[in-house]
Amino acid sequence: MLLAALATGGMPPLAVADDEPPALVTVADPFLELHTGPGQGYPVFYIVERGDDVEILKRRTDWFLVRMADGREGWVPREQLERTLQPSGERVEFSDADLADFTDSRWEAGLLAGDFGGANIISVYGGYSLNRHIGVELWGSQILGNFSNGWMGSVNVIQETWPDWRISPFFTLGAGVIHTEPKSTIVQSEDRTDQVAHAGAGFRIYATRRFLLRAEYKSYVIFTSRDDNEEVEEWKVGFAFFF
Amino acid sequence: MESRIRVLFLTWLALSLSGCAATRDLFGWGRESAPPPADDPGQVIEPEVERREIREGDIDTEDFEVSAFAGVLSVEDFEANVVYGAKLAYHVTEGFFVEGTLGTSDAGRTSFERLSGGAPLLSDSDRRFTYYNLNLGYNVLPGEAFVGENRAFNNSLYLTAGLGATRFAGDDRFTVNFGAGYRFLLTDWLALHIDFRDHLFDIDLLGEEKTVHNLEGTLGLSVFF
Repeated sequence: MLLAALATGGMPPLAVADDEPPALVTVADPFLELHTGPGQGYPVFYIVERGDDVEILKRRTDWFLVRMADGREGWVPREQLERTLQPSGERVEFSDADLADFTDSRWEAGLLAGDFGGANIISVYGGYSLNRHIGVELWGSQILGNFSNGWMGSVNVIQETWPDWRISPFFTLGAGVIHTEPKSTIVQSEDRTDQVAHAGAGFRIYATRRFLLRAEYKSYVIFTSRDDNEEVEEWKVGFAFFF
Repeated sequence: MESRIRVLFLTWLALSLSGCAATRDLFGWGRESAPPPADDPGQVIEPEVERREIREGDIDTEDFEVSAFAGVLSVEDFEANVVYGAKLAYHVTEGFFVEGTLGTSDAGRTSFERLSGGAPLLSDSDRRFTYYNLNLGYNVLPGEAFVGENRAFNNSLYLTAGLGATRFAGDDRFTVNFGAGYRFLLTDWLALHIDFRDHLFDIDLLGEEKTVHNLEGTLGLSVFF
């Protein structure tokens, strides 16, 4: 397998379509440094001089794999590649994740964990911003407690009053379903699925690059089939990234 | 393939619209599509290579990494056994990545079960150990590793920590895991992994509740896409 893998190492990447002309840029700085891998820690092994062309093959995070005319390939950071010229003579521009994207980016996904009425809760969510202030989110959670386990799925609307702030407070409202499986050794009870509604508030905190931290409190009302509705408080912290 | 269809479609569109004078004027492309005069002085030197404008969306991104792994998982009190699973990672920056893992193993017997020869503590289905976890990882010590004199490979260590759940002994258990791994890149898109993890959860199966450490060592192969 090792040999097979090494043999394919020299092949052009599959992603470059045959019928498209290559994405060529011209080095405008005195030189362009080629790293062996997509990271600052990988050594510079070659330099492309001003005026030479390189072909952009692919991207990983903020690094680009480029190929020189002689077939040599290396990785270039975005900041350096942006100082090369397109065929039209314009600079190449790539989007960079920063505080402005924290406010304006459309998609967000994250992982939070915390306490759900005394039980542990692990949640993942994906969100889409309709505009700077309003977004919709889809949540899936697993609840792991001493007396019962379960899962919960919900949809909620999130409202950010000051989306420009680095620490941006938000309010949220939502509804969903919760499935509870009591541990049979402790309580004689049946599994049940109930509807749930919640309201909450929290903070989105811009950390760095594409990352943000998120902390929130939600108050749930579970519409049980019994006489009383059940109320549960939830605290969660976690991280998310936008794209 | 997609771009070929796009070209075909656009060609068809251009051909079908070019006959209509109204649409020519409407789109303002009628005159441009007319053949150039024979004595066109514009282009003197033919460009050597056909070029195109760089659009960010056209560049293939390879931020995802999928891997399969197999190894040994030592379930505390229940022997060490083969574990295998799959992992999906998303590289957010050159340092940070997030990953989700699924793994499964069959726990063995406790020493007590062996020595007493009595009834087993768990049924076979309860002995199945499956877990998922969601982790944050960070690459450390990136660099090149030399194999022989002439071949160098990119490699790095990484640290991971995260949360998840383990289904074992008839219950889903909140599980914390942390560990470290080594990524050895055979090519730009193919890597070997050696991974060590500790999965911790609370269990009261053997009388009193205690936190157990389940150590896992695996070998994996991953593909970036």
